[in-house]
Amino acid sequence: MSFPWANEYKPVHPFMRYLDERLPLPRFVYNAVGGGYPVPRNLNYMWNFGVLAGVALVLQIVTGVVLAMHYAANAGVAFDSVEHIMRDVNWGWMLRYAHANGASMFFIVVYTHIFRGFFYSSYKAPREMIWLLGVVIFLLMMATAFMGYVLPWGQMSFWGAKVITGLFSAIPLIGTPLQQWLLGGFAPDNAALNRFFSLHFLLPFVILGVIVLHVWALHIPGSSNPTGVEVKQESDTVPFHPYYTAKDGFGLGLFLILYTILVFFAPNLLGHPDNYIPANPMSTPAHIVPEWYFWPFYAILRAFTSDFFFIPAKLMGVLAMFSAILVWFFLPWLDTGPVRSGHYRPLFRKFFYLLVIDVLVLGYCGGAPAAEPYVMISQIASMYYFLHFLVILPIVSSIETPQPLPFSITEAVLGKDEHAVLSATSPAVA
Amino acid sequence: MVRLFGPLVGLFFAVALFWSFGNGAYNAITQPTPATVEAEFHKHPKEISFSFDGPFGTFDRAQLQRGFKIYQEVCSNCHSLKQVAFRDLAALGYKEPEIKAIAKNWGNKAQTFDPKTGDRGERPNLPADHFPPVYYAGQGAPPDLSLITKARHGGGQYVYSLLTGYAEQAGYKNEKGEELLKKFPDAKTPDGLYFNPYFANLNLAMPAPLASDGQVTYSDGTTATVDQMARDVSAFLTWTAEPKLDKRKQTGWPVLGFLIFATVLAYLAKRNIWADKH
Repeated sequence: MSFPWANEYKPVHPFMRYLDERLPLPRFVYNAVGGGYPVPRNLNYMWNFGVLAGVALVLQIVTGVVLAMHYAANAGVAFDSVEHIMRDVNWGWMLRYAHANGASMFFIVVYTHIFRGFFYSSYKAPREMIWLLGVVIFLLMMATAFMGYVLPWGQMSFWGAKVITGLFSAIPLIGTPLQQWLLGGFAPDNAALNRFFSLHFLLPFVILGVIVLHVWALHIPGSSNPTGVEVKQESDTVPFHPYYTAKDGFGLGLFLILYTILVFFAPNLLGHPDNYIPANPMSTPAHIVPEWYFWPFYAILRAFTSDFFFIPAKLMGVLAMFSAILVWFFLPWLDTGPVRSGHYRPLFRKFFYLLVIDVLVLGYCGGAPAAEPYVMISQIASMYYFLHFLVILPIVSSIETPQPLPFSITEAVLGKDEHAVLSATSPAVA
Repeated sequence: MVRLFGPLVGLFFAVALFWSFGNGAYNAITQPTPATVEAEFHKHPKEISFSFDGPFGTFDRAQLQRGFKIYQEVCSNCHSLKQVAFRDLAALGYKEPEIKAIAKNWGNKAQTFDPKTGDRGERPNLPADHFPPVYYAGQGAPPDLSLITKARHGGGQYVYSLLTGYAEQAGYKNEKGEELLKKFPDAKTPDGLYFNPYFANLNLAMPAPLASDGQVTYSDGTTATVDQMARDVSAFLTWTAEPKLDKRKQTGWPVLGFLIFATVLAYLAKRNIWADKH
């Protein structure tokens, strides 16, 4: 599962030799993220974000577990228990702000990670399974984040829960019973809050499990790289440690600096003021909006304003919103161009940047009130979103002429590779 | 298969969106959304500055004490402050005997219930008690003020603007010079409500609580103008919403300093390690 030139774990200390024969955990770590994992030598800073996402998850679990020691999942006291954490628990304010902003940081990192995947077509063979597991992780993250936002039981918690579970009522025939079953009642209340808390505690560990699979699948073909040319020889790679531990260390520093600025100097910048109002089923907020990381999908949901033949607008919106993510599952088979990296795909690259702008526009419209011109803009932007993945990508990948690729990663980095002269068909090792 | 059905699904969503877009555009032309009085006449909070603004700002304890006095003598007649305990007033600079006295002399008493006899009663507040609930006999339910500055866009600026923003509706004009009652003759403030362009729907049930200069006598000699009282109580309510603001910023700087130092070291380490690989 690794390249033949990978360093082998050699325990030095007698205890480590003893342990290696009985429970080779250090060997496992060494081969996963240590000197035993050969990684392309040309990775740029876009390749920091996988490790950063892992760090973000760990931060969320650590802060979340401590918050759970002080939080009370009961509709009568949940709001006050959060304020108790903010005021009376030692460093509770820091834990809670770290957890709330940690979710935002997690999504910033993961969105960058996903768009890195788009640009460099990281989803292409032989890495489809890594990509599919990644989409599963993203779906689990969205569910976890949504349920976490319900826990403080503020106005946006309550009404967000009402809107999002209301989506299920759009399903014909079984919709309304399904929604009531999910909520444990006719509207979000104690039953819903309790099960959301339970699942919010559980799902991060499910995510951790899928991440193990994600990283396992990654170690079969090895990391992709900015040229998209597969590793051919030892000079194409460097050991993960110390090269990428050092590079990730620097990236982690920058990540933590941004995180610190949010937590200590702008902790409520990304939140909504209405969530500091206790949940009130009798008073609907003027604008119900989810957290910023759901805005693009929220815009797609709201873009369907007219019934389409016999399909109600609401159902269309729900179908489209879920399809907007599910379409990522099919990317490896929609984009069939032989070249991976966007650096060598001029036509693809233009559409990629258009997609970035499109998603930013969708995000802006999703956070704006459901009024004109935002609805019409989000309709155009949603149209492009679906056409991009389902129509443009298959066509572009069929018709475009990629630019010439470097012979190898070594050539891309050093400008020359003596193997390129000797043999043009150096065996790829996978 | 994917390449066959994918484009069909994509076109399906695109056509449905185009249908929605077309209907929306048609409606926008035939029945343009009428202008609303809120959209035309609602004002954003005034841009005033507080001592706690910015990454270095801290609370001004004297101002918080003045603001507390406004809350005590004016706001607390209708508004509760349930997330705050009397003991928390120590952060404003009050000494223990003073806090005990404030708690003891607080108008609303702590409610008691004897589970043996079922008797309900009252007792004077203790420093450990939270500010007691306020039972309001009038119409509407005055919101609890503990978190009000975090629960509104603009925070302290909003509270200040609301308190100083009451206006006569007759003849009221916006920045464009349009007169409210001429443009929206039906939007007259109903009886029992008060016109205030800083309030979300322009009419609120609370009459101007800070009506005249000198309404409260400050013990530190500060002149109690309406503007001063509004500033002070806005600062106080920022403290009630975010009592750990000072500690948060004080903690943030060393953390940030350490991280910047560590990141510089990490960058140098990275450069050192990669020196022979570029």
